[in-house]
Amino acid sequence: MPERTFRVNGEQVTVNVPDDVRLLWVLRDVLGITGPKYGCGINVCKACTSHLNGKEVNPCAIPVKDLQPADEVTTIEGLPATVGRELHPMQQAWLDHDVVQCGYCQPGQIMAAVALVRRVAAQGRAITDDDLDGLRNICRCGTYFRIREAVKAGAANM
Amino acid sequence: MRESIGRRRFLGYVLAAPTLVTAAEIGLRPTVAAASSAEFQLPSPGITDIVDLNDLMTVAAAPTSGLISVGVGQDGMVSFALPRAEVGQGITTSTAMLIAEELSVPLDRVRVTLADARPELVFNQLTGGSNTTFATYTPIRVAAAIARRRLLEAAAIELGSAVTDLSVRDGMIVDRSGRSIGFGALADKAASVRIEQVSVELTPRESFTVIGKPHSRIDALDAVTGRKKFAMDLDVPDAKPTMVCRAPTLNGKVGSVANLAEVRAMAGVTDVVVISTGVAVRAETFGQCIDAVRALRVSWKPGTAAGKSDEIVRRELERAELSLGLPPLTPTVEGKFTFYFRGNSALETNCAIADVRADRAEIWSALKSPIVAQRTIAAKLGLAPSRVAVHVVQGGGSFGRKLFFDAALEAAEVSQKIGKPVRLMWHRADDARQGRVHPMATSRVRVSYLGGTVLGYEQRHTSVATDLGHGLGEIITATAAQLPVGDIGFSETFFLLSQTMPYNFGATSQLLSETDKGFNTGSMRNVYSPDVACARELIVDQLAARMRKDPYRFRRDFLRDDRSRAVLDKVAEVGGWGRALPAGTAQGIAFHAEYKSVSAALVEIDCRPETVNRPIREGVAGPRVTRAVFAVDVGLAVNPRGLEAQMMGGISDGIALALTSSLHLRDGYFLEASWDNYFYTRQWNTPLALQIIVMPSTSEQPGGAGELGVAPAMAAVACAYGRATGTMPTSFPINHGTLSFEPKPTVPPVPPSPTDGLSHAR
Repeated sequence: MPERTFRVNGEQVTVNVPDDVRLLWVLRDVLGITGPKYGCGINVCKACTSHLNGKEVNPCAIPVKDLQPADEVTTIEGLPATVGRELHPMQQAWLDHDVVQCGYCQPGQIMAAVALVRRVAAQGRAITDDDLDGLRNICRCGTYFRIREAVKAGAANM
Repeated sequence: MRESIGRRRFLGYVLAAPTLVTAAEIGLRPTVAAASSAEFQLPSPGITDIVDLNDLMTVAAAPTSGLISVGVGQDGMVSFALPRAEVGQGITTSTAMLIAEELSVPLDRVRVTLADARPELVFNQLTGGSNTTFATYTPIRVAAAIARRRLLEAAAIELGSAVTDLSVRDGMIVDRSGRSIGFGALADKAASVRIEQVSVELTPRESFTVIGKPHSRIDALDAVTGRKKFAMDLDVPDAKPTMVCRAPTLNGKVGSVANLAEVRAMAGVTDVVVISTGVAVRAETFGQCIDAVRALRVSWKPGTAAGKSDEIVRRELERAELSLGLPPLTPTVEGKFTFYFRGNSALETNCAIADVRADRAEIWSALKSPIVAQRTIAAKLGLAPSRVAVHVVQGGGSFGRKLFFDAALEAAEVSQKIGKPVRLMWHRADDARQGRVHPMATSRVRVSYLGGTVLGYEQRHTSVATDLGHGLGEIITATAAQLPVGDIGFSETFFLLSQTMPYNFGATSQLLSETDKGFNTGSMRNVYSPDVACARELIVDQLAARMRKDPYRFRRDFLRDDRSRAVLDKVAEVGGWGRALPAGTAQGIAFHAEYKSVSAALVEIDCRPETVNRPIREGVAGPRVTRAVFAVDVGLAVNPRGLEAQMMGGISDGIALALTSSLHLRDGYFLEASWDNYFYTRQWNTPLALQIIVMPSTSEQPGGAGELGVAPAMAAVACAYGRATGTMPTSFPINHGTLSFEPKPTVPPVPPSPTDGLSHAR
């Protein structure tokens, strides 16, 4: 079986899996990194949202062969370290607004929110309702309104 | 007995254990509304005034001898195993708050876990009917209060003080001179070598410092850091990923498989086996399971809904509808409403881990009826129930779905057949197409009136059968003899027990009839009430118009009590009822009472073409609820912040049920296979302004809350839509007639995993 080397949450990993196994399963089933969740497997629900080299991606849609040795995958577990703190400001905003209900979608929600704030900041503007409407992550508990409030609060501290 | 020891004195136990363990009977409550048999003989129109579903579940629990216990460890941690399932509704947090209140211990020193299946609890390990807080509020506090007393007594000996000179603060016991001793140091000294019965007083409501104050969830940090473990995150040795290849039609069975050997040889695949629901595949990763499921070539036998469509079921419902009788001579308002099938998939799909050996089995899953699951799985495996350990894991949402244990039963079957542990998960497409649904239903309403008086209200609800075979049915059957409902089935009993008539509408009859057991159904959040209340509230708007009254004023005039009027008044006041809005937009208002709680919703909806037709990629835009105001009185709110969260979820559900979310039945299967097919509320459907008002406590006892928000929210959205468009909607969701997606193929049953993820990086 081919060996694949890339970086996850600041550490280099090497896995022996077929080329076409999607990153989500490499993370969860091979590496035991279970923060990214399965909700659909077809890049719709966004429960697995993570970052690749700082950009928002969905590991359920990335064959592991697409990753290069220098590629840095960041899951919810590795998010705090990207800012050198115990918690990323977006995670803190989530706690402050008690966003979580069942919590299953929340790792993906937080990773998507961080990426959104970065994109909007790169455009030199503040988050709008249209930006928030564009978040596609499903929350079947329906805690969308608290998510909106937390994203705005988290953005203020990023 | 209880009267003789005073209103706030309750009996509990100190159990024999090396460290302090105290307990109370879970059926314990200060009073139960359904007390005397004479009260049971009142006629049915007001049945929910006498006994509702919560009472029934609580009465059913009373004879059981099962105890729930609070333990104090040498580390000073207070532990409690809750015999319920946490699926997002916040009961671990509210339970920890009850214990923290009575023990004066910080919330983070209370560890609440979920109890394994405990058959001795009989009826009292079912999470449903928004009953958890209602049923456990008193016994948990009693156990905690006894622990407090024992700790004080032990501390008195240690510190050489009288108990009356001691106080409890932050998990420490302090005497007047300031000397203190921690709970941990007292844990063994306060323990008992034999069972002792003890009576205690509970903290009076006016002295509460924890209950009634907003608290954030105790599992929030774990959830936002990815540390919270769901069933599929558990590390059970050798429990490898497993999926099932399912039929193209609902509940179709395997005829034959053409390429078993070929699929067994695929990369990563360890086992392929035919089971009662399809062909199971076990592999090193779920990705390889998906590939193997797609590669299987299976011939299928027809399913349980062969050839059926929405239209065929609609005609079945028409035939099953109970008559409203001859129309009265007085004027009437009538309406008939259709509610299409809806999915109650949670974001976590059906899943379970099973490790079945020759003489025993172990199951891990989010289960709201673990005792029934244990018994059923044991029977399927041919083991004694005592040989099947069932661990209840926190669930990623339920909405009624986890009342059943479809995945646990499947996982057990696969594990037994292949002789290896399995980590079985349904694909999203499976969960949408073969998972349980809220049954399609119609509701016909007729109201007769004369002048300003409403003379009578009749409602005939006709539904595809709701499967209550998860244990609730047994509760009802076991207690039905005590109820004034005659010899009717438990669905009808459930219906009667859950439906209230909140208005003074004269003679009221609300009846359910069911048809067609060919579908996989279940009690979706709030069960019958969203549809029943939506139909009722739309007719109330029509009636108000007929009497030339304002919809809010009309409801206010006919509501039966001050508590109900207070929530209605609150949303009207906060929401600015009657404020001027542009054409094509409108307010709607609705009221609903259930679970001993009352609630009202006011929403504003924008139905202007530029809003309805705003572009949304792979989604449904439609009318936008721009604002929602919700007032709720649950009697006593244990955790107002958690209660707000439950109402928020109910509002999201109500918006979806009214406007966007349904399943389309064609040729014996549901077309939806993805979250971009089944249009649950998304960010672009979410109100831009949302206010939830928790009313001050009106009771000594908390009512139910987990499902309460759905019905009034759905009804208010429907009423607002009717007022904005000038036409009362009669079919739900309103967009059901337009198929807004391209259906995915049914063979293979799951879609391919995408490969273009990198191109979407942003």
